[in-house]
Amino acid sequence: MAQAGKIHSPPKGRQKESADQNLKIIGTRMKRKEDPRFLTGNGRFIDDVSLPHMAHAAALRSPHAHARIRSIDKKAAEALPGVLAVITGEEAALETGPLPCFANPPVEQRCIALGKVRHVGEPVVLVVAETRYIAEDAAALVKVEYDILPAISDMLDALNSSGDAVLHPSRGPSNIAEHRKYTFGAVDEEFANAAHIVKRRLRWARSGGQPIETCGAVANFDEGSGKFTIYANTSMYNYIGFTIAASLNVESHQLNIIPMDAGGSFGSKLFLHKVPVLAATAARIVGRPVKYVEDRVDNMMACDNHGSDRIYDAELAIDSSNHMTALRYRVIDDYGAYLQYGLGTHGNGFSQTVGPYRIRAVGAEIIAVLTNKCQQGACRGFGSEVTNFMIERMVDAAVSELKLDPVQFRYDNFIQPEEFPYQIPTGNLYDSGNYPGALKMALGMLDYQGWRRKQQEARAEGRYIGIGLASCQEKGVFSATEFWMLNREKGFALTSSPESVSIKIDTNGKAVISLHAPHWGNSPETVATMVLAEQLTLDPKDIAITYSDTDHGLPGTGPGGSRYTVMVTGAVAGAARILKEKLKRVAGHMLETSPHDLEFSNGRVSIKGIPGSGKTIAEVAMQSHMFRLSFPDDDLTSGLDANYTYDHPLATLPKSESDFGIFYPIMGHMCHMPVVEVDPKTGQVKILDYVAVHDCGTMINPMTVDGHVRGGTAQGIGTALYEEFQYDPNGQLRNASFYDYLMPRVAEMPDKIRIGHIITPSPYTEYGVKGAGEGGRMVAPPALAAAIEDALRPFNVKIDTLPATPARIRTLVRAAENQRG
Amino acid sequence: MKERDIQVTVNGRNAKKRIEARMLLSDFIRHELGLTGTHVGCENGVCGACTILVDGTAVRSCCTLAVQTEGCHIETIESLGRVNKLSPLQQAFWEKHGLQCGFCTPGMLMIMTELLRQNPNPDRAQIRERLNDNLCRCTGYEDIISSVERAVELMRAERGVQ
Repeated sequence: MAQAGKIHSPPKGRQKESADQNLKIIGTRMKRKEDPRFLTGNGRFIDDVSLPHMAHAAALRSPHAHARIRSIDKKAAEALPGVLAVITGEEAALETGPLPCFANPPVEQRCIALGKVRHVGEPVVLVVAETRYIAEDAAALVKVEYDILPAISDMLDALNSSGDAVLHPSRGPSNIAEHRKYTFGAVDEEFANAAHIVKRRLRWARSGGQPIETCGAVANFDEGSGKFTIYANTSMYNYIGFTIAASLNVESHQLNIIPMDAGGSFGSKLFLHKVPVLAATAARIVGRPVKYVEDRVDNMMACDNHGSDRIYDAELAIDSSNHMTALRYRVIDDYGAYLQYGLGTHGNGFSQTVGPYRIRAVGAEIIAVLTNKCQQGACRGFGSEVTNFMIERMVDAAVSELKLDPVQFRYDNFIQPEEFPYQIPTGNLYDSGNYPGALKMALGMLDYQGWRRKQQEARAEGRYIGIGLASCQEKGVFSATEFWMLNREKGFALTSSPESVSIKIDTNGKAVISLHAPHWGNSPETVATMVLAEQLTLDPKDIAITYSDTDHGLPGTGPGGSRYTVMVTGAVAGAARILKEKLKRVAGHMLETSPHDLEFSNGRVSIKGIPGSGKTIAEVAMQSHMFRLSFPDDDLTSGLDANYTYDHPLATLPKSESDFGIFYPIMGHMCHMPVVEVDPKTGQVKILDYVAVHDCGTMINPMTVDGHVRGGTAQGIGTALYEEFQYDPNGQLRNASFYDYLMPRVAEMPDKIRIGHIITPSPYTEYGVKGAGEGGRMVAPPALAAAIEDALRPFNVKIDTLPATPARIRTLVRAAENQRG
Repeated sequence: MKERDIQVTVNGRNAKKRIEARMLLSDFIRHELGLTGTHVGCENGVCGACTILVDGTAVRSCCTLAVQTEGCHIETIESLGRVNKLSPLQQAFWEKHGLQCGFCTPGMLMIMTELLRQNPNPDRAQIRERLNDNLCRCTGYEDIISSVERAVELMRAERGVQ
């Protein structure tokens, strides 16, 4: 059992670059390295790939949520001129196996449905043709007969379904995929001793990343070598790419994945498997390169990456001095038709399940159900955004029921700045933080008292203004244990989540950094450039970035879980240390001085304390590459290059089912305070002001951090107010287009999101960097729910369901008015 | 399938092709002419990533047939500046972090090119109004607004010099 509280003998860590040094480039708002190519139309996205003799694939989607495939008549489709192959599930399965799955026991998923369809939009047939137009024409000519099976659309129905309504009978006679209970600390005792217990049922609807670019792949199979080459906009190809090779029944060295620029991901391209496997399966069958790019409907119905979909029954225990002591919840999570990441999204939530508060005990009952919907994947927050929503709604419920002040209650319950590193009841560690400081900054920036006055004045005019407040965590840098620690049988219990770079300084002193994970909208080129420029005092213009494929890839886990900046910074700093040592050694020979007397300044290897002395890095590089015989005949080798693999900065193994060890310790924090006006007659919510204070430790580039904060907050606004995949009782997805699935446009955004930063550097990462990619979406939903609830306080409504659409708000107001009579 | 001859001017160059009558303008631009800077996001005219200028007017190329543009002057993102000589609008997007993944960016640049030709001094409300035509999933829009405001400044300075 993990005892919550300050850790008095903290783990040492491996930090080599402290946060408190004078930095010249890190911390500046350098313009992004990535941008000029995107600004001129020179990005290289998956649909831009064109190979000689390339064919095109289109999927015939299942129109039914749950059905047996009785027969497929493909004669008319095959007869269409230009059609190369019409591939059924049975035909695909002759050579291609199940898709990767991290649940244990696994839930079998095929790239083309085999025997049965389990959600609307699932591929039933893949048509390959000379053009996409012909492929789509042919798909429309395929006649499929189905035997309809009962569709499970409501997660509560999934709890009791049986017989033909069971999606995966081979995994047992139920649609409950997992049912686990966890106890961290003395939960029952804390509840027995509580002065107050607050209870709520909370509902978080399914939404998704929905990047503007869909998922795609271009695959080629080389008969001679038996090797696949797949261009794709996936990540994790240098981490678990071998599982795609396994699906394709080739050896891992017979698959090369070439990363393309990803047009946004937000988690949804974390690890694509179905799309690359579809393209590769087709390429092997037709003997030509095949492109398969999802259209928008494919993506919305079958991207395998819908977000969490949960009902919480939560209870919060509070003692007589208004301190929260324990949290207990039962959560049902609708995972859809498959379970690719197991219960990973709940393992993730356990990293910060007490939020920023001194809650001593947590009890969790998790029921994962399978329904006839697109399966869940990763969506900015990976489940912890829902944990945040639950915690903050419970905090607000307590404040409301006990008639307390939301600000003071938080101050009274925060983990204090001097208590770090802090262990939470699940065993995870929070490395650093200043939660009261963030709240204080947010209150000041917002002019909280001023808005409270305006709120009162507006009420007198019959207007409903509300002020929201949410204080939430942004867990950063996952350890791989979270993928499997909730599996009943652990399965493949991997523990690595490294990130690598390869750096070459060429003959002329120019540097090339190879990254081993893709660009998907974050700023990896900018970050890597800035860190190397800082380390070697190089001009950022003299640094170029490339992305390695799997053939040349070193261990790389890629962006996700607010980890990439931390990890790539560690990798670049590590590689730079190797390069610096060699540069000093070569320069030492050139200058006939000890390497210990040398330092780096302004692109030179110079004598310590004498800027402008010594040699330029370009001069040393030229010697290093071209003039080996100028140096002693020892172990010095030609060239200047370094590979470095940076492992997780601080992780331990799970100890037991009640102590998961340290698995997500680089802890960011956010305090958001939106002000909204709600029109109770229409249910419309207008954001009048928005303050966002974030702590992501040392910022490599504050400009890109702010970009993430704004973009993440925009997605959080969408999650809070608009976005929801709406399945009808038959499992039909009613809003599978951008017309119907509403995402924020600029009109839905406040004029400005006013950003503040509190900086508590991590003592465990290089330079003290923390993650920042997910925070906005992880805090805006509870902050807005609180604001709407505050605005509608005269109606005494509870915002316990998101998204708070105008219709939902109207329903609440109407019920309140009817009750009042 | 019926085929048609089409002749258009694309970024100042003459293009002549025989294509299927049903070919979308976005596919014509991207796959027949190889101008892959124009992107396709939603395929039904909502997101605006595919926006290009046809005779100076912004159109959704994913919802337009190529043959509808017979004889027209088409401008795509490739007509703006180059990597080493960005246009003021591109430069402003770079300075103000108006893009993250870069996928919606070509459409954003084209609608704003149209706006700035119609109105070289748009105020914030006018920028927001036009920006509302397109979707961006990365930026939350604010940095795009700042970028366009910066472009107005840069273009004003440029005109001052001339």
